[in-house]
Amino acid sequence: MNDKTITILQLYPNDMNIYGDWGNVLVIQRRLEWHGYTANIIEYNPGDTFPDGVDMVIGGGGQDSGQDKIQQDLLGISNKLHELAEADVPMLMICGLYQLFGKFFKTQDGHVIEGINLLDIETHAGPERLIGNIVTKSHEFGEIIGYENHSGQTFLGKGVQPLGMVIKGAGNNGQDGTEGARYRNVLASYLHGSLLPKNPAIADFLIEKAITKKYGDFTPTVIEDRFAELARTIAIKRPR
Amino acid sequence: MSKPYVTLLGKAVRKLAQMRGGGSALPGLFVEKIDPDFIRRTLAQLPEGIVVVSGTNGKTTTTKMVVELLESQGLRVFTNRTGSNFTRGVAAALLGEVDTKGNLDADIAVLELDEAHAVHFIKAVPPRYSLLLNVMRDQLDRFGEIDTTAKLLARIALATEETVVLNREDPRVASIATLLKDQQVSYFGLTPKLAKLFPNDDDMRAGAGNKKTSGLPADVVLANINGTSAEFQLGDHSITTALLLSGVYNIYNAAAALALVRTIVKEDHLDEAKLIDALSKVTPAFGRGETLTIGGYPLELVLVKNPSGFRLSLSSFDPKGVSTMIAINDNYADGRDMSWLWDVEFDSLQPEGVLEVGGIRAYDMALRLQYDEVTISHVEPDLALALQHFLTTSGSGPKRIFCTYTAMLALRRELSKITDVEVIS
Repeated sequence: MNDKTITILQLYPNDMNIYGDWGNVLVIQRRLEWHGYTANIIEYNPGDTFPDGVDMVIGGGGQDSGQDKIQQDLLGISNKLHELAEADVPMLMICGLYQLFGKFFKTQDGHVIEGINLLDIETHAGPERLIGNIVTKSHEFGEIIGYENHSGQTFLGKGVQPLGMVIKGAGNNGQDGTEGARYRNVLASYLHGSLLPKNPAIADFLIEKAITKKYGDFTPTVIEDRFAELARTIAIKRPR
Repeated sequence: MSKPYVTLLGKAVRKLAQMRGGGSALPGLFVEKIDPDFIRRTLAQLPEGIVVVSGTNGKTTTTKMVVELLESQGLRVFTNRTGSNFTRGVAAALLGEVDTKGNLDADIAVLELDEAHAVHFIKAVPPRYSLLLNVMRDQLDRFGEIDTTAKLLARIALATEETVVLNREDPRVASIATLLKDQQVSYFGLTPKLAKLFPNDDDMRAGAGNKKTSGLPADVVLANINGTSAEFQLGDHSITTALLLSGVYNIYNAAAALALVRTIVKEDHLDEAKLIDALSKVTPAFGRGETLTIGGYPLELVLVKNPSGFRLSLSSFDPKGVSTMIAINDNYADGRDMSWLWDVEFDSLQPEGVLEVGGIRAYDMALRLQYDEVTISHVEPDLALALQHFLTTSGSGPKRIFCTYTAMLALRRELSKITDVEVIS
């Protein structure tokens, strides 16, 4: 250990943590430890005081009922999250929080749920759930492998890039071939799996951004990713 | 086609299917196609009506317990075997039981009802009693959300004609009572001391240590577990009995089964001595903590299907001194999504490590263990090879395999070559 600590804010673990999104936090925690840093994980739930000194923000997906519970609170911390994003703090938002980081979610009956407009995206309830194994491709991260399970269809505006382009699966909306979104160091995606265990390149991107921002430079140690490599090889071949 | 002919033809198809070694679905399909009313009409004859058991975890073992407990009270019980398509499975099982005139020689039917098939079935055949166990994250790739699953269970409750038995400790199940106007409700539950052993999905990250029991009045409460015996509060008195069941979740399912049986067989008709005797002899359904013997040592097969089930299994079975294997498949029946493995904590396996990891998604499982810093001796996706390697390297001493549904079927096929095990196709 080098006494260097990275503080990770986990958004709404009580209400927005379905489909194993906890795995993303665990992967960041362990890889930081393996790289020689201390991981300080702060759980943030509705009504909590927003902490200072946040180096990374991670959020997951939830049930529709979970999204209702946290939406007002999220709007209340919107300014804090915008400040962090503009300061290039790395973030990872999956599924439900991906949607709520956008402009709005419009439900089947036309009801509009307001998001925090940190990502230039909008989401419309779709006629069917998009479910199954998915593989996308990104220039920066290579093939991204996971499992999608969402009924919202997300459309990207000009202010964001897609995280990857779909090779197999549905992606943001099943139509335009995009999956996820990226703005500065904010990465967002529909992929569960959990996303980070089988995509260590993304985990190390988030870690590298957080460490270089706080400490100036980052010398990674070599982590044994053999199981991740083999799990990726199998996952790519599995049926939808 | 006139009705006796349907039964006769169905029975003939069943015979033929058996002769060519086929499964149960074909004769069921046959009857379903030519006489969709067959199931309703046949089950409607039963004087005590129909009981359904549903929920995410424990349906199979609980159904088996309810059947054996009712039989202890002298009732003749018709039940279904799981596996093949639900409606066709019931039709096929009925064809095996009815006589050529279509008469069913039973007093009551106890059916394990998969949430996915519930809505169609209850529309055609409303149950007199239902038992709803729990709603956990499972096969969300089929149902989408836990709340969707809870709604399916609510529809079973609403279709029930007389009494609904609910798990008061599962908030999604207990709240179904608020929807019911025409039905009586009975609850089963836990004492606060035991409640902390049963974190539900909402408690998972919210600190299950603070968990409280519900204040709803329960007819049956699991009060204490002491090794191989358990204490239940039945109405106004307590009983303690030895059990062949292992695993706290199986024993809690026994409380569920007792509550249901006490609803069906009214107090003044209930022979409690016979009931407790039957309870003490119930064994788990196959793969739910059953024990085989390999080379003179016990081998436990523990079915794991979802995060809550896996967590309960890990806390129920002490890993000390036992060689552990984990086998994870991702076939349709297992669920394709591997996310669930990340909602299970494997720290309890750290001291002993895991000797073998197998199955189609063996590397996903190995990856999961790597992040909980659990030592893994060997990984082999081919289950036959993995099992062989596990049996060789574990040598003498007790063994345990945690496995998903299709992995368990494959392992049983392999094990049947070396020991006496019932193969389920």
